[in-house]
Amino acid sequence: MNSLKNASDWLTFAYDAPFARAVVFGVPIGGHLFVEGLLLVVILFLLSQKSYKPPKRPLTNKEIDELCDEWTPESLIPPITEEMEKEAPILESAARPHTIINGKEVVNFASANYLGLMGHEKLLESCTSALEKYGVGSCGPRGFYGTIDVHLDCEARIAKFLGTPDSILYSYGLSTMFSAIPAFCKKGDLVIVDEGVHWGIQNGLYLSRSTIVYFKHNNMESLKNTLEKVTQDNKRAKKLRRYIVVEAVYQNSGQLAPLDEIIRLKEKYRFRVFLDESNSFGVLGKSGRGLSEHYKVPIDKVDIVTAAMGHALASEGGFCTGSNRVVDHQRLSSSGYVFSASLPPYLASAAITAIDVIEANPKLLVKLRDNIKALCTGLSGIQGLEIASDMLSPIVFLVLKKSTGSLKSDLQLLQDIADQVLKEHSVFVVPSRRSTLDKCNLPVGIRLFVSAAHTESDLQKAYESLKSVAASVFTGQN
Amino acid sequence: MITIPYLTALTTYFSYGLLFAFGQLRDLFRKFIDWWKASNLQGYAPICLGLEDFYIRRLYLRIQDCFGRPISSPPDAWFDVVERVSNDYNKTLKRTTKVSRCLNLGSYNYLGFAAADEYCTPRVTETLQRYSASTCSTRVEGGSTALHVELEQVVADFVGKPAAMVTGMGYVTNSAILPVLVRHGGLIISDSLNHNSIVNGARGSGATIRVFQHNTPSHLERVLREQIAEGQPRTHRPWKKIIVVVEGIYSMEGELCKLPEIVSICKKYKAYVYLDEAHSIGAVGKTGRGVCELLGVDTADVDIMMGTFTKSFGSCGGYIAGSKELIQYLKYTCPAHLYATSISPPAAQQIISAIKVILGEDGSSRGAQKLAQIRENSNYFRSELQKMGFEVLGDNDSPVMPIMLYNPAKIPAFSRECLKQNVAVVTVAFPATPLLLARARICISAAHTREDMVKALEVISRVGDMVGIKYFPAEPKKPELEEGRKKVE
Repeated sequence: MNSLKNASDWLTFAYDAPFARAVVFGVPIGGHLFVEGLLLVVILFLLSQKSYKPPKRPLTNKEIDELCDEWTPESLIPPITEEMEKEAPILESAARPHTIINGKEVVNFASANYLGLMGHEKLLESCTSALEKYGVGSCGPRGFYGTIDVHLDCEARIAKFLGTPDSILYSYGLSTMFSAIPAFCKKGDLVIVDEGVHWGIQNGLYLSRSTIVYFKHNNMESLKNTLEKVTQDNKRAKKLRRYIVVEAVYQNSGQLAPLDEIIRLKEKYRFRVFLDESNSFGVLGKSGRGLSEHYKVPIDKVDIVTAAMGHALASEGGFCTGSNRVVDHQRLSSSGYVFSASLPPYLASAAITAIDVIEANPKLLVKLRDNIKALCTGLSGIQGLEIASDMLSPIVFLVLKKSTGSLKSDLQLLQDIADQVLKEHSVFVVPSRRSTLDKCNLPVGIRLFVSAAHTESDLQKAYESLKSVAASVFTGQN
Repeated sequence: MITIPYLTALTTYFSYGLLFAFGQLRDLFRKFIDWWKASNLQGYAPICLGLEDFYIRRLYLRIQDCFGRPISSPPDAWFDVVERVSNDYNKTLKRTTKVSRCLNLGSYNYLGFAAADEYCTPRVTETLQRYSASTCSTRVEGGSTALHVELEQVVADFVGKPAAMVTGMGYVTNSAILPVLVRHGGLIISDSLNHNSIVNGARGSGATIRVFQHNTPSHLERVLREQIAEGQPRTHRPWKKIIVVVEGIYSMEGELCKLPEIVSICKKYKAYVYLDEAHSIGAVGKTGRGVCELLGVDTADVDIMMGTFTKSFGSCGGYIAGSKELIQYLKYTCPAHLYATSISPPAAQQIISAIKVILGEDGSSRGAQKLAQIRENSNYFRSELQKMGFEVLGDNDSPVMPIMLYNPAKIPAFSRECLKQNVAVVTVAFPATPLLLARARICISAAHTREDMVKALEVISRVGDMVGIKYFPAEPKKPELEEGRKKVE
């Protein structure tokens, strides 16, 4: 008690001590200010300390050596399974409607030779003269003396045929789409694409790093809803480039894209349209000009049209056509055009001759259409399979009515059917193959490529043999 | 290594700065004029905004006539260049009917197979008649003919690997193979100066990409050690696999790759080697088998060998060679095999015949002659250029020789002056090369004779003096030879 009283007395005394009430610059300093001042100093001291970081200890050389020794990579390729060892049948003559496999003559439904121009004398003649004049290769990219006058003539001819201002030639069908798309779609742009497009387009979209939105395969309702949704979400649409990518005749299903609907939607929402006409150029339309002629849409409403020439034109390579701005832009920014050698000149002259033949013989298109119709009617009622493609598509696509559950077993079943048809009836058909990189989820099926050079008896043989093999395979199952 | 003289670097920066300033001024005027006129885009965003194509519009279009020159004859040692005129300051160029016969120093025609050849062309025409110009189908459908099988066998034997796969275009080969081999979770280490097709293939694969300094094995080792120790980014899991991508001859440098060191480093750290021999297959090596033969590397040590047929074989297409299992797996999954039209049969026959000529199986020694000729030509041309004082890049034995220009104004000057004197050269600028390092690239062919080369050297020397690109001191000519001859007489 006493000591406490002493302590409190001492404290009161200290509090009332003269220096506790010193006046500095007219401001009376109380004792509490002294304590606060001390507190401030302590705070400043703590703030000025560096925050605690765990000490960095980089790996020593010995530790890195140990890690490198420990690390074992996966093998370069997964182990080879049985289906990987299967080889495609080898042709011993040109892939015309009648070809030779293993010494036997078969009816060929596996080549996309839609107008039967393969082996046409005019084409062979122009190729031979081009080979003798220019040799085989062009030995350089287009920018460095690889532009031969046949290339420029071919581009002008294609543009004249389609009615567009200009066109640009690529040296390979697959690279056309996957070089054209990254030239126009950059990071941040918006692309609406059908989910059934082929790998070339998928790869081009992936390389372009734009925002990709898929809509249901060939479903215009789904397209409309998607367009509605994205325009709502993206209000700063002025600087954003927007594209819709569709194929005219889908390679993975044989369906036709309804171009008039798409153009109507595109004009309403202000999108640009990319159309891949590989399987419809030279096939649809009264004179073979493609999907736009079929739907009577003026070609300048479609912004960018690409096509591979390895189908109806019986040549190789691809082209892209559109307005002058579109084509000129690609000449400098499309990587497959700038950094790669140009198309061999004999193939360009083959393409020019093929277009001349198509223009002179519109009857070929009528014959092709009749053939497709005959085949489809012949195949109706086949057991276990159904036709998934459009009546006008030159690819007749047969899918399984009831899928077995997994992609692999579906493919196996279809491969068995195709093998049996080849062995027993000498008709060559193929199932559609899927790469592991392909993101498409559409069902696989058997593809028949109809040509204008197929005769009635060829078609009859095809559908009768398919019917009988399907009957045996599927009754065996059931 | 390229070392720019300081004065040249300064003047180059100044030139580019001036061009850039003028370009911006013109853009400003264009903006004013467009503001007055109504735009015809009607609510669509323009295809190129603002500065995206500034380089193309304001710099490239000024010298557009130096690129993309059309020819009207096969790209042999001498060819016909079509003249073009422009009425609107190089914005559009129109073809005329006039041609001028020029010496070809730009096409990739290393062994002289570009024009019609006495052994190859009859066989090619025969194949055309038999198999027609195209197969119109993919390899797994109706596109595999007996010719394709023979071609793959011949290529595999020539390159020195058990099996090979051929596609119709070299660019697509790279873009479609790398995504199949490496996916997300793998690592691709590529040389900093690799070709655009490799860059595209690497990007399309989804794997992580790291770059090592051009042709520096020590830096490659450092990068490998660092990456293996660190693991995948953010998760630090170990990498699934590592692929190192190098090229045989780099097309813009003319240098050979330091393959023996790189292969030994990759073996030590268990990484896979991918060799792209686009320019070196058929052009270097004692029997033309490429960089592996020249540098003494066993082909079994290189896991994947890739190449193209456009350069030395005068055809088109690309190939991948490796072990039998690798090729089987690729044939099963690679999109270039499953979805793309197979290589055109006449082109395939050209490759087979060209390989037969190179190996001497056609009964003559033309192949060995061609290989010796190109080696001699390249070494002679390179040494003469260096004697004249030009800055030439590249190693001995490589048929690609870039001559440094640096300044942007010298690019069109060199190109146009040479064309006036009937020598066609290729000039390369940004973006294929770094901004400061513009160059003229010469590709020597076995079809060039000694007189052709002497004429070319004369013209290049004259133009070089005019333009001012002899950055090194020229070696003085030796006058004592004359006196020696007189004495003997």
